[in-house]
Amino acid sequence: MSILTKALTTAAMATALIAGSAQAQDDMRIALVVKALGIGFFEAANKGAQEAAAELGGVEVIYTGPTDTTAEGQIEVINSLIAQRVDAIAVSANDTDALVPTLKKAMDRGITVISWDSGVAPEGRLMQLNPSSSPLIGNMIIKLAADNLPEGGEVAVLSATTTSTNQNTWIEEMNKVAGNYPNVKVVGTVYGDDLADKSYREAQGLMQTYPDLKAIIAPTSVGIVAAAQAVTDAGKVGQVNVTGLGLPSEMAGHVKSGASKSFAIWNPIDLGYSATMIAYHLAKGDAKAEPGATISIGRMGEVTLDDNTEAAMADPFVYDASNIDAFSSIF
Amino acid sequence: MSLLKSREAILALAIVALLAVIASRFPAFITPRNLAGVLTDTSPLILLALGQMAVILTKCIDLSVAANLALCGMIAALMDGMGVPLPLILLAVIALGAGLGAVNGLLVWRLGIPSIVVTLGTMTIYRGAIFLLTGGAWINAHQMSDAFKAFPRTVVAGLPVMAWIAIAIVAGFALLMLRTPLGRAFYAVGGNPHAAVYTGISVGRTQFAAFVLAGALAGLTGYLWVARYAVAYVDIAGGFELDVVAACVIGGIAIAGGAGSVVGAVMGALFLGIIKNALPVVGISPFWQMAISGSAILIAIAFNARANREAGRIILKQAEHRT
Repeated sequence: MSILTKALTTAAMATALIAGSAQAQDDMRIALVVKALGIGFFEAANKGAQEAAAELGGVEVIYTGPTDTTAEGQIEVINSLIAQRVDAIAVSANDTDALVPTLKKAMDRGITVISWDSGVAPEGRLMQLNPSSSPLIGNMIIKLAADNLPEGGEVAVLSATTTSTNQNTWIEEMNKVAGNYPNVKVVGTVYGDDLADKSYREAQGLMQTYPDLKAIIAPTSVGIVAAAQAVTDAGKVGQVNVTGLGLPSEMAGHVKSGASKSFAIWNPIDLGYSATMIAYHLAKGDAKAEPGATISIGRMGEVTLDDNTEAAMADPFVYDASNIDAFSSIF
Repeated sequence: MSLLKSREAILALAIVALLAVIASRFPAFITPRNLAGVLTDTSPLILLALGQMAVILTKCIDLSVAANLALCGMIAALMDGMGVPLPLILLAVIALGAGLGAVNGLLVWRLGIPSIVVTLGTMTIYRGAIFLLTGGAWINAHQMSDAFKAFPRTVVAGLPVMAWIAIAIVAGFALLMLRTPLGRAFYAVGGNPHAAVYTGISVGRTQFAAFVLAGALAGLTGYLWVARYAVAYVDIAGGFELDVVAACVIGGIAIAGGAGSVVGAVMGALFLGIIKNALPVVGISPFWQMAISGSAILIAIAFNARANREAGRIILKQAEHRT
C-alpha cells in the first residue's frame, strides 16, 4: 500500500512539476468539491478555504459542486475538473463508493485527491479529514453539560434512533470518559427517533421522570431543538440546560431564550481551511499521506493520520450567546 | 351486556385499564394536569383521525395527510415570516389543505384511480413541494413571530387552545356524521355503493368530499403542529399517516368502509396518544415501545375481524359446522 501511495505521490509531484513548467506563472489550483452548491455549511467551508489560499499565497481555490446532492452530479463535476487539470481535489462525497472510480482516474492523472467531511472509500483518496473524532465528540458533549453545572447534578441523553451508528458511538465514547466528570450523573438515555414530536415527548418524559434533571444532552440536530422547545414550554428555562450537537441557525432562538447555554458542532470555516491546507501540502509534496504521518494545517495546528489514513481536525467548536449571531446566518 | 359488546365500550375499558397500568408505575401520569397535556399532545392525531375516518368510511384511504400537514405547516411558517396576520394564515392553510385534499379527491373521483395509489403519489409530491419551496432549509423558533407560536399554547379555561380546537372539531364532526346528508352519505357509500347510487348519492362526489374534509383538517393541523413544536422542515410528521390509520383501525373504523363512529376514532387516537406519552415515563426500553404500539394495532384488528364475522348471517348452519 505504501509503495502505491509513494508511487502516486511521486506521480503527483511529477505532474505538478510538468504542469508547473508548462504553466509557470499559474497558481496551484485546488478544487473544493462540495455535496451541493447553495448549502450554508459548504459556503462557510469555502470561506475557510479562501482564507487558507490567501494565507498560503499562490493558491487558487475552485469552489464547485453539483446543484443537488447526488453522486452522479459530483462525478460530472470531478470529470470536468480532471479535464481542467487542477492540482488537487478536496471532496465532501455524496456517496462513499460511487465516486471511487472517477477519483482513481483523477489520481492516475497525478491529481492529489483528499476527502473531507463526508469521506470516500480509502482506495479513492489519499486521506480523509474528519471534522472531529468520536472520542472528541463524546467528551465534548458531556463537558458542555458539566461546564454549566458547577455543583453537578443529573443529566440525561436524548438520542436519535436506537440504531443510529453515529449517536451510539458518541454516547459510548461519552460514557467512557464520564468518570472524568464525577459531579455529573448520567441517569438515562432515551430515543426521539429524529422526529420533532417524539423527541419533544421524550424530553417531556425525562423532565417528569427525573424532577431534579439539570441538563439534557442531545447529540442530534432534531433532538436538541425539540428538547429546547420542550424545556421552554415546561417553564424550566434556567433549570434544565439543553446541550449537545446542533446547527447555529436552528439553535439561535433557543440560545437567546436561555434554554440552551451552549452547544457544539464542527466549524465549517475551520474545516474548509484545514482541507485546503492539507490538499496544498500534499500536492506540493512536502507532506505524505501515509499512516502515522503528520500534516500541518496552519492556524489549526496539525493532524495525524491513523491506519486508515483518516485524520480528525479538532474538538467540535462551541457555540454560545457570544458567537451565535455570527454563525446563525452561515449554517 | 349489550354495552360490553359495543366496540366503543370495550375501547373505553381498554383505555381505563391502560391508564391504571401506567398509574401503577408512574402515578403522576394520571394527574388532571398531565392528562390535559396528553389530550393537547394527541390533538393533531385526533384531528387527522377524524378526517381519515371520513375517507375510510367511503372505502378509500388517504396516505397523504401527513405530507399535506407538513406542506401546510411549512406554508404557514413561510407566511408568518412574510408578516401575514394569524387569522389570514389560518384561513389560508385550511383552504390550501382542502385544495390538496381536492387533488386527491378529483383523481379518485374523475380518473377512478385507487385511492391508495393516488395518495401514495401525492404524499411524495407534497413532501417534494416542501423541498422545492425551501431548498431543504428549516424554519426555526426564532424565525417565527411570538403570536404565531403562542396561539395553540394560550390557555383558556384550563386547556390550551389546541385542545379546544380539537374538542370543537370533534363535536362538529359528530354533528356532521350523524345529522347531515353528507355525513350519512359517507356511511351509505362505504356500506353499499350500489344501493347508494340507487338512492341518488354520487359515490365519487362523496369520496371527493371526504378527501377535501381530510385535507382541510390536515391543513389546520399543519399550522398547529408547526406552531407547537416551533420548527418546520421537510420531514415533520414523517410516518404520521400510519399513526392516523392505526388510530382509525384501533377505533373500530372498518377498513372496508361503511362502519365506525366519531367516538371510536377519537378513542383510537387517545389510546395511541396515551401509549406514546406514557412510554417515555414508565421506563420501558425503546426496543419494546414499537412492539407494544404494534401489538395494540394487531389486537384491535383481531377484535374487529371477530366482530365482523359474528355480524355475518349464517344461511346454511350444517355446512358451517362441517367446515
